[in-house]
Amino acid sequence: MNKPLRHIAIFCGLLVFALLLRDNWLQFVRADELNSHERNRRVTIERYASVRGDIIVDGKPITGSVDSKDPLYRYKRTYVNGPMWAPVTGFASQAYGANQLEKLNDSILTGNDDRLFFDRTLSMFTGEQKKGGNVVTTLNGAAQKAAFEGLGDKKGAVAAIDPQTGRILALASTPSYDPGSFAGYSGKDEKSWVALEKDKDKPKLNRALREIYPPGSTFKVVTAAAAIENGIIKDINAPTDTPEPYKLPLSTVPMKNHASGCKNASLNYAMEVSCNSVFAKLGDEVGRDKMVEMAEKFGFNNPEIDTPVRAAASVYDKKMDRGGNALSSIGQFNTATTPLQMAMVTAAIANDGKLMKPYMVDHLVAPNLDVIEKHEPEEMSRPMSAETAQLVQKMMENVVEKGTGGNAKIRDVTVGGKTGTAQHGEKNKARPYAWFISYAKTDSGSPVAVAVVVEDSDATRDDISGGGLAAPIARDVMKAVLDSRR
Amino acid sequence: MSVVTNTTTIGAIDAPSRRNTELMLLGFAVAIPVFAYLNVGLALDGEVPAGMLGYGLGLGILAGIAHLLVRRFAKYADPLLLPLATLLNGLGLVLIWRLDQSPRLIADSMRKYGSHSADAPQQLLYSAIGVAMFLLVLVFLKDHRVLQRYTYISMVVAIVLLLLPLVPGLGTDSFGAKIWIRVGPFSIQPGEFAKIVLAVFFAGYLMVKRDALALASRRFMGLYLPRGRDLGPILTIWAISLAILVFENDLGTSLLFFGMFVVLLYVATERTSWIVMGLLMAVGGAVVVGSFATHVQSRVAAWLDPFECLKTAPPDTNMAWACDQMTQVLMSFGSGGTIGTGLGQGNSDLITFAVNSDFIFATVGEELGLAGAMAFILLYGLIVERGLRTALAARDPFGKLLACGLSGAFALQVFVVAGGVMGLIPLTGMTMPFLAYGGSSVIANWALIAILLRISDTARRPAPAPAPSPDAEMTQVVRP
Repeated sequence: MNKPLRHIAIFCGLLVFALLLRDNWLQFVRADELNSHERNRRVTIERYASVRGDIIVDGKPITGSVDSKDPLYRYKRTYVNGPMWAPVTGFASQAYGANQLEKLNDSILTGNDDRLFFDRTLSMFTGEQKKGGNVVTTLNGAAQKAAFEGLGDKKGAVAAIDPQTGRILALASTPSYDPGSFAGYSGKDEKSWVALEKDKDKPKLNRALREIYPPGSTFKVVTAAAAIENGIIKDINAPTDTPEPYKLPLSTVPMKNHASGCKNASLNYAMEVSCNSVFAKLGDEVGRDKMVEMAEKFGFNNPEIDTPVRAAASVYDKKMDRGGNALSSIGQFNTATTPLQMAMVTAAIANDGKLMKPYMVDHLVAPNLDVIEKHEPEEMSRPMSAETAQLVQKMMENVVEKGTGGNAKIRDVTVGGKTGTAQHGEKNKARPYAWFISYAKTDSGSPVAVAVVVEDSDATRDDISGGGLAAPIARDVMKAVLDSRR
Repeated sequence: MSVVTNTTTIGAIDAPSRRNTELMLLGFAVAIPVFAYLNVGLALDGEVPAGMLGYGLGLGILAGIAHLLVRRFAKYADPLLLPLATLLNGLGLVLIWRLDQSPRLIADSMRKYGSHSADAPQQLLYSAIGVAMFLLVLVFLKDHRVLQRYTYISMVVAIVLLLLPLVPGLGTDSFGAKIWIRVGPFSIQPGEFAKIVLAVFFAGYLMVKRDALALASRRFMGLYLPRGRDLGPILTIWAISLAILVFENDLGTSLLFFGMFVVLLYVATERTSWIVMGLLMAVGGAVVVGSFATHVQSRVAAWLDPFECLKTAPPDTNMAWACDQMTQVLMSFGSGGTIGTGLGQGNSDLITFAVNSDFIFATVGEELGLAGAMAFILLYGLIVERGLRTALAARDPFGKLLACGLSGAFALQVFVVAGGVMGLIPLTGMTMPFLAYGGSSVIANWALIAILLRISDTARRPAPAPAPSPDAEMTQVVRP
């Protein structure tokens, strides 16, 4: 019986050998594939196993991590004043992923970034728990607070920039949401998420960066800059040859003004009372292509404005006819812009014609506080000469001094601004958007430029509403920046 | 130089007993699990676990008593089997203890049952009973040939054991397989004990019938076909294993019994045709059952391509469930990689169900890696090898067949479980001997080791010295 027994022994040896082969196949050959499989929850478990780094404003974190004691995903994101900062931070949820800064800087925040390799290796040996790095933003807490509280329960957005560097100082959007309400993955988190998704007011929309609005009269500063830059206006106080009412090119519809005295008004006066006719005619005289060129230098039609959160592309139509161009020159027709874009326009004017690239991440730090990446201010373009810029500034300051922007006045500070009321909706029946763009100026140049839009205003359909609703918010934001500079 | 005339491993007179080797190996078999225990404690809580001393002492005392009794009652037994079983049992306890502390499993069980009870203390109790069983067999089974007397009783006992789970009120249907019976607070898996009893029956039956089966056959197309009446037992076994598969939904047990029987037929008769016929019948049975048993179908689907099947299976069905479980197990192995995550630091608890019984090998794969899993497979391989070596060395055909049946069954079980868990063959839901949580399995396997030890003791025991011959004195030359 020994011969068949030996065969059985060989057979058993083969069984063992098959197991060994299979094990090698699974754990050596296929290990990486299985380990990175989309259904492998170990990746997400590992991701939430350690404390996430923070997003910092004014040296203080506006985010946090809480040990949820959950057996699956241990650390959960928390937010300090979540609704106010949501347009800056975005969200980081165990169930719904992340967006904006939370997403773009995810590798630093989780501590998985290659640049943190030595930190990780070190903590492996010291036995310390892995920690994420921090994202230090350019934002100004006081300005953000002024913007958010100024908007209050109105629907709208604020963007504020430091014109000299491009640093974004405030980025508010209302109605907002608390990203902490769905940071986990429980049923409660799901409920909040679904409620936010269904909300008609779209609280998750980042209106400051991702929504485009017709800019209305605030766009007139671009037209003014284009007219001066192209030599059509040489003296801002000289009367223009504008009829009242002005007949739009290729159209029989006469364009009327709300303001009086627009007939042959000077550019300065037209800006002060916001004459549509003067600017529409100037836009037509500059011509579509030159207008497009000017708008694009300010950043219009550019789909890649990354702050690093990407802003929606603002639009100045490149193919419209003369009538369309004339209407676009007063911020109507197809013209549409993000609040950030209008803040950039204002900033370029306030910075004597130099447009700085807007950004909101100043630097990234490792858990041991080493700076691993620093953003340096960068010039984006030069839409106009310094002389032109100063002329536009003079007009904008006049608007605040004598015109529609009186509500933006700050004592002992030079403020330039422009109001806007953008009609929208079928036959302009919907409530108009109230706009205000402005900058403040000190002896050492301008520290802040702001754009405010209020969507849902119950004010009268008058140009004043931009000044009435949006200008006080802009003023508070500018004041907050000026105060924190002192 | 002496001429070696036998081919067995029986030593010459005064063969060493190897008991000291066994003692030394037992030292390792106790030290390694204690170290693993410490390892888990440090990984989970960062401190030396409180129960370490008790655990080490407990395992050491059990091993020590077993060793002393082997010294006393089976002096010439194989020195490797006891340390191997102790090592596997000890590591199994550590793994179960480690899974007891998984917060995920605790949360899961709190959600489902409202309470959580640790399995490791119970498994320690079962292990103690298992070692006691081992000792009882060694003490009371002085000669394995005694078992030969109970050939037909064994058959009856085996059939009763196998059919018990089908008795209404006694058997419990848990998770799709009817392989447990419930007696008071205990649930017993009779199949594990049937494994040993059946081996006794097969060995006894085949020892008697081997000549009839081997010689009285007709040659047909190169195969020796047995006579109809000799075909009876094989057909009966085949039918029983199919019945187990169909009525108890137990793929593993039926495969195990049929495989063991075919192996023993082959060894007893030395006829390859039995293997061919056995394979044909196994394939035939599998195809028939597979075509209508959904339980089997979903496992085959989960085996062929678990990730794909997860996408195509309707949600919340048995199939989706089986596929999900299989993907979790495979990912567990994948995450382990070459050297593993370290004891206590893996996520094999994501498998959630049966993670400390059917799928405990996945924890080995994830936390000890390819290196650890291969070591475990080799440990099992060593037990099988020592068993088969015992069969080779045994001097009586019954002992040969019994040792071969027991170690063959052991090998098949390990292959079926580990192969199933690693996706080499369809999953069958059996437990890894000694490693997995479960009383029946631990106790039955300790008894199995004891019987192998008994056979090897008989096989290796030196032949008694020839009695002094009175004639030798008479014929001596007397010199004046």
